[in-house]
Amino acid sequence: MIFKRKKYISIEAREKPEIKKDLWIKCEQCGKLIYKKKWEENFKICMYCDSYGRMTAHERIAQLADPGSFAEQWGDMVSCDPLEFTGVKSYTDKLKEERQKTGLKEGIITGVCKINGVPCALAVIDAGFIMGSMGSVVGEKFTRAAEYAIEKKLPLVSVSGGGGGARMYEGVISLMQMAKTSAAVGKLKKEGLLYLSVLTDPTMGGIAASFASLGDIIIAEPKALIGFAGPRVIEQTIRQKLPAGFQRTEFLFEHGMIDIISKRAELKDAIGKILLVIHS
Amino acid sequence: MERKYLDFEKPLEAIDKKIEAYAEVKKGGQSNGENGTVGLKQQLSEKTKEIFSNLTDWQIVQLSRHPNRPHMLDYVENIFDDFVELHGDRCSEDDHAVVAGIGKFRGIPVAIAGQQKGRDTKENLFRKFGMAHPPGYRKAMRIMHLAEKLHMPVISFIDTPGANPDIQAEENGQALVIAENLFKMSLLKTPVLCIIIGEGGSGGALGIGVGDRILMQEYSIYSVISPEGCASILWKSQSAAAEAAKALRLTAKALLDMGIIDAIVPEPQGGVHRDWKKAFELTAETVDKHLRELKTIKTDELVELRYQKYRKTGVWLEKEAEENE
Repeated sequence: MIFKRKKYISIEAREKPEIKKDLWIKCEQCGKLIYKKKWEENFKICMYCDSYGRMTAHERIAQLADPGSFAEQWGDMVSCDPLEFTGVKSYTDKLKEERQKTGLKEGIITGVCKINGVPCALAVIDAGFIMGSMGSVVGEKFTRAAEYAIEKKLPLVSVSGGGGGARMYEGVISLMQMAKTSAAVGKLKKEGLLYLSVLTDPTMGGIAASFASLGDIIIAEPKALIGFAGPRVIEQTIRQKLPAGFQRTEFLFEHGMIDIISKRAELKDAIGKILLVIHS
Repeated sequence: MERKYLDFEKPLEAIDKKIEAYAEVKKGGQSNGENGTVGLKQQLSEKTKEIFSNLTDWQIVQLSRHPNRPHMLDYVENIFDDFVELHGDRCSEDDHAVVAGIGKFRGIPVAIAGQQKGRDTKENLFRKFGMAHPPGYRKAMRIMHLAEKLHMPVISFIDTPGANPDIQAEENGQALVIAENLFKMSLLKTPVLCIIIGEGGSGGALGIGVGDRILMQEYSIYSVISPEGCASILWKSQSAAAEAAKALRLTAKALLDMGIIDAIVPEPQGGVHRDWKKAFELTAETVDKHLRELKTIKTDELVELRYQKYRKTGVWLEKEAEENE
């Protein structure tokens, strides 16, 4: 018997379709490619798996404030290096890097705006600036926003998102910002003004253990990581894997720590509705 | 209690042993030991001075965790009278990492709260290594509110590696409870005096540490993160803890220079662990001084001064005003 050998011809491997970075992004959750423009129009939520991407402070303000109503305050405030912190990298270099990376001066933007027509003081943390950690500038600007709210008799709205907690590079000075911002919320209480705190992914450590948890009303986005100790620290402590959904919004909601879970697309209205009940 | 020695204290151990040996001889009836002891005590004092005049920040970290250091309840027993311990958070449980109660300090009724560490494994498991859960923070707050109602000053003893980082703590809202304590302590209408007597571990320490006076023992520490934690994040290696300790500026002296704390409680030569009696005296003296000062301030003014104390913390740059502190 004669076997006929199949002949193969070699074909040049087709070039892999390159992801054009500025046009497409890959969902961190499901790995699917998403057209970036569509994703941004969808408030940075994946159309396939409904996972939330992180919004910058500017994007958040654009989402929440009535168009054209936001006026930034204390926008030129920058950190310096009180400890002259030198680790593997100096704090000064780290700050420079972060400013370049984010285009921001610091990890918080504060100002006044209207939300569904109601004027309010607004403080928004940017999770991208040294992991959204709180140093002197974040503490000071939040406190000023609270004091401005008192001066003008406005409600205060804050949006938190920071995995870094209190900023290591500023040592105990950053720890004091937890006390300072919490005391500022205490002043709001004395003055009888509403403080509404929105929690987004992630709100951990020093930020969660100070002003972010002190809202008269707390609204959180779905599936946001919220808690005191980081999941890795807990896993190291208990030497076990953490259950799915641990420290997520829904977990906290079940434990009675959150008033309302609001989808991102409905967040502005959720805030606006509360402001309207109290301020109109 | 068995005396333990840190590595850099080892030279003292040898002299201690010799002094003890002389004491044994003396007990045996031979009196020729006396002169030798005087010389040895002199030697001990000089060696201690030599070691302690040049401590690194990392050595101070180790001293703050020294196993022979007096704990909160040791101070309570020795500088207060008629202490009555009060238990529970009126909500879920009694957290043994925090001790709270009322007592008298030199005749004045006060409320006392603080973290309590254990001396051995069994005790440490009971006290959770001084790492409180939410019920502990709530218990402390409950006693502070009692103090406010009865116009008693609050004295808070801080000694914790940090707030407990486990599942139960998160389920019960560790972050929320600490935040609420900061908020409520800032509004307390009664004097609040806080003393760090060992480890001031981050938010866990601050959770009972907002007050009118913040005192630190000479070899205690106060830090936003443990040096080991900082080293593993920034240096990617726990062995850089000594470097991290230096960078974090967590000593009493550094924090007094920065205006974060109000006073340093001096420690006896060689640290509180070598002379408890003296440690209690020195601590009581400093507490007394500050309590007297606070007693003269009217309540409303006190609360506003406390606000301003925290209000002015932080360092930044702004265009209008070149630098603020």
